[in-house]
Amino acid sequence: MSTTVSQLDKVKTGPWNGGKSPWNLEYGKIMMWFFLVGDAFTFSAFLVYYGAQRFSHAVWPDPDKVFQSIPGITDGGQPLVFVGLMTFILIMSSVTMVLAVEAGHRNSKHEVVKWMLWTILGGLMFVGCQALEWTHLHHEGFWFGRNPATDIATHMEGANVAEKLGHFFTGDVSYTSALQFANLFFTITGFHGFHVTVGIILNIIILCMTLNNTFEKRGSYLMIEKVGLYWHFVDLVWVFVFTLFYLV
Amino acid sequence: MSQYQDNIAHGEHAHEGGLDKKAIWRVFGVLLALTCLEFLIALGFVHHWQILAKGVLVNSIYIVLTLVKAYYIIAFFMHLKFEKSSFIVTVGIVFIFIIYFIVLMLVEGGHLASAFQEHQIFPNK
Repeated sequence: MSTTVSQLDKVKTGPWNGGKSPWNLEYGKIMMWFFLVGDAFTFSAFLVYYGAQRFSHAVWPDPDKVFQSIPGITDGGQPLVFVGLMTFILIMSSVTMVLAVEAGHRNSKHEVVKWMLWTILGGLMFVGCQALEWTHLHHEGFWFGRNPATDIATHMEGANVAEKLGHFFTGDVSYTSALQFANLFFTITGFHGFHVTVGIILNIIILCMTLNNTFEKRGSYLMIEKVGLYWHFVDLVWVFVFTLFYLV
Repeated sequence: MSQYQDNIAHGEHAHEGGLDKKAIWRVFGVLLALTCLEFLIALGFVHHWQILAKGVLVNSIYIVLTLVKAYYIIAFFMHLKFEKSSFIVTVGIVFIFIIYFIVLMLVEGGHLASAFQEHQIFPNK
């Protein structure tokens, strides 16, 4: 009998031939990534629908005119300033989160605690700012299924509708597009704000676990990285929401 | 279990060079600079000096800047750049469908714009 081993019978030793971790990543981290990919699809669906709506309307509320207040300082004339502050807060909290991860790599508990506290503070400030933004728009008459002209729009008297909505538009006025704008704005920023809130809760949980020495006993601060991935994703989504709602 | 732990510990070690404190602040600087550039365009060029008008050109610039920011967040903060290339492909390739979806919905939106013109448009004084 011949002793030559056929090509097919050779034991393969590549990364995908079993017994190895081809991505060199921990299970929970991979699953967090897969969850985030799914979540990215949800947000994409929202934002793509928003884009399709804007494309299908001849006119759309001008973001420079809708968002121009700084709560507690001025009621108008300052487009982008407040949302700029919110963006800065969220990017900043993303940075403090990576710094917490970096401290975790060095098993430095007190630094992890410090950076996690800053991250939680940033998250709370962001949600607070968003609450102020929502309150302001609600006072102006925007809400789910409502815009400032909703009460009179049943009569569809052009002059009145234009009077109520005119200062939100550059050029002609459309009741329907102002309504779609309100629905999409509250739905998408609401869904994002919900994610931020969940992120703050997760951050508080892992802060408590750090303080309880859970990760120190475990020997690794990997959980900070996993929650960190979620937190950066929330920041990532905001980058898109900011561009598509406030700039474009 | 221990082999698995070794594997992870090894992996973490290999990534160590990925992002130190200096690199983190550098990425932050890039993100901040890009955001400031967006503000400069929106408040300066468009709003104040009125050099550029709102439209396809400005919107394209915003979207490109947004994608660059997204790249920096995903690659460095989320550490994806330092993962195995097969993992990058696994989580990245599905977004081909999102690109397809965007194209489909823009075509759809364009069609709706010409098909449904019964939304009333009121002249603004």
